[in-house]
Amino acid sequence: MTDRIARVLPQIVVAPSFALILFFVYGFIVWTGYISLTKSKMLPNYTVIGLRPYERLFQMDRWTVALENLFIFGFLFIFVAIVIGCLLAILLDQKIRAEGFIRTIYLYPMAISFIITGTAWKWIMNPSLGLETVIRGWGWESFSFGWTNSETLAVYALVMAAVWQSAGFVMALFLSALRSVDQDIIKAASLDGASPWKIYLRIILPSMRPVFMSAVVILAHLAIKSFDLVVALTGGGPGYSSTLPANFMYEMTFRRNEIAVGAASAMVMLATVAAIMVPYLYSELRGKKHV
Amino acid sequence: MKPFSKALVSAIALAAAVTAAPLKADPKAEVLHYWTSGGEAKAVKALQEAFAARGGEWVDAPVAGGGGDAQAAVLRARVLAGDPPAAVQIKGPNIQEWAEAGALADLSNVAASQNWDAVLPDAIQNIVKYEGNYVAVPVNVHRVDWIWANPEVLAKVGASVPTTWDEFNATADKLLAAGIIPLAHGGQPWQDATVFETVVLGIGGVDFYRKALVELDMDALGSDTMVKVFDQMRKMRGYVDPDFPGRDWNLATAMVMRGEAAMQIMGDWAKGEFAAAGKVPGKDYICASTPSENGYLLNSDSFAMFNVKGDDLIAGQNLLAELILGTEFQETFNLFKGSIPARTDVSRGAFDDCAIKSMDDMVSAADGGTLLGSMAHEIAQAGAVRGAFIDIATAHFNSDMSSQEAVEKLVKAIKLAQ
Repeated sequence: MTDRIARVLPQIVVAPSFALILFFVYGFIVWTGYISLTKSKMLPNYTVIGLRPYERLFQMDRWTVALENLFIFGFLFIFVAIVIGCLLAILLDQKIRAEGFIRTIYLYPMAISFIITGTAWKWIMNPSLGLETVIRGWGWESFSFGWTNSETLAVYALVMAAVWQSAGFVMALFLSALRSVDQDIIKAASLDGASPWKIYLRIILPSMRPVFMSAVVILAHLAIKSFDLVVALTGGGPGYSSTLPANFMYEMTFRRNEIAVGAASAMVMLATVAAIMVPYLYSELRGKKHV
Repeated sequence: MKPFSKALVSAIALAAAVTAAPLKADPKAEVLHYWTSGGEAKAVKALQEAFAARGGEWVDAPVAGGGGDAQAAVLRARVLAGDPPAAVQIKGPNIQEWAEAGALADLSNVAASQNWDAVLPDAIQNIVKYEGNYVAVPVNVHRVDWIWANPEVLAKVGASVPTTWDEFNATADKLLAAGIIPLAHGGQPWQDATVFETVVLGIGGVDFYRKALVELDMDALGSDTMVKVFDQMRKMRGYVDPDFPGRDWNLATAMVMRGEAAMQIMGDWAKGEFAAAGKVPGKDYICASTPSENGYLLNSDSFAMFNVKGDDLIAGQNLLAELILGTEFQETFNLFKGSIPARTDVSRGAFDDCAIKSMDDMVSAADGGTLLGSMAHEIAQAGAVRGAFIDIATAHFNSDMSSQEAVEKLVKAIKLAQ
């Protein structure tokens, strides 16, 4: 009897949260998918009109710009955050003094929400308040740093702030991985006369492939759901040159009474996430079987 | 949830009807609004006190967050749950959309007893009426096509406030040559659109504005006149300082106040900033309408009355409607808010010169048929179309797009949004 209870108990305990997630996450995904095929404007309307909202979505300039920005922002953000995070981790790995202290400093930006990062960088990058004025005040008169005011550079300003926020987190991820590399292999390699540089490049980094994968997946979903950073840093501007899909979705659904188009854009975002996550999960799950 | 709350509401209504049947129900109203800042909060408090003085019970439901985005979400949820607030601050075509969804109450009785038809200009009646019946109550009128100028700065180049767009360009060129920023501007999409619509009104004229921005006539939108409008917008871009993107409108007003810039094109809420800094109209700053043939772009806030059940709630709603459009509240509120009363028969004694000019212009524009709803401020067009206009205006202003290309994109975007 107690055996049976012990066996069923975990399932009973997990069941409510499982049901809630099933309803509030997957249920609403299905609902959003359905709404994206209807003629909903201000209020949800359940008359299905097929793929028309998607057609309209892809004819909108604003959406094209948002998608392009997502690719620029996503690619650069992931790439630069990993490179910087990796370098910081390797440098921290050199058995230096006060490592814990320095690690905390680098990791700390992660504890700040994007809205604050965005606001702070907005001031830093404002030509008449921030860095530009300060450096010109020091005598370098021709210095210019008006990224947030430039139609073409605003999206790179987003990348800069996002990298500042997340690089420390990537560093922590890599540092723990570096520490778990088998020390015997490294000793053997250095006995064979390999330089530290070569050891990192040929032995340690290749063995950290799973950590790279985790970093990419975490950063990729951060990039796709970025919303608050844009709102705080550039407001999507100048014009709408730095909007991301999440901002587009909010604008359509809550400002413009275009619920169907907003839902369609949300589904496209979901598909983008799925395109990254599914191969990852597939390789992870398949990898397990071999062990 | 929905049937349950409906049952609950009717149970309460029934209980109220049974217990309070012999007595007259006390008026009660829940008011959803986003007037949470300074002068606006004071104005709401004045209404609340007037409501209480007439025996009403006011349930305040403020939603913070200026533009009303947050409020829209709250409202949608409440209506879908079958429990709408009695009065909600919404405006323009959104009123029509809610009325079409069958969510708004009919105010014909109050309107008839208070003679609203006689005191409201047609342009405002069109906003708050649905199929001939009043469904909302206008609170105020903001004029959008204003130039706010610093007379000292203009005097430096021997200019006065321009009365044509050619004069505007000539004055601005002189100011540029003198090293002064001609136009203080905040580069947020709605501000770009505000300048855009005043230029449409000025360059194209009243009829063109009506055809293009109100009736969405494709020929007008794709016309050479529209190309000229974008040409002028490109010139305006040159009169703005390089730091404008993302700047709030009140910071731009402050630039005029401090004499860093000569002029700003902005609605009369800018007056509140001058007033708060203790500036006097005519002396420290000048208000003038932007160049046009007697056009007047109006933006009007209003309260829409939602369908509620129960005698006390309906009584509250009617009392509220009566008070909001009453001369007393129209005066106090608009003095706090910097706008002018929606009704035309309020005494002018307490208002400043700019407000009186605005009242005179509104009356003559209403008589001359040149009173128009603002596109940028969601009076002429609802969300989707307005958004399409704003997109193109701001995309053109913030890039090196040619006027021809902007017009083509405009036609395409408006077709798509309809």
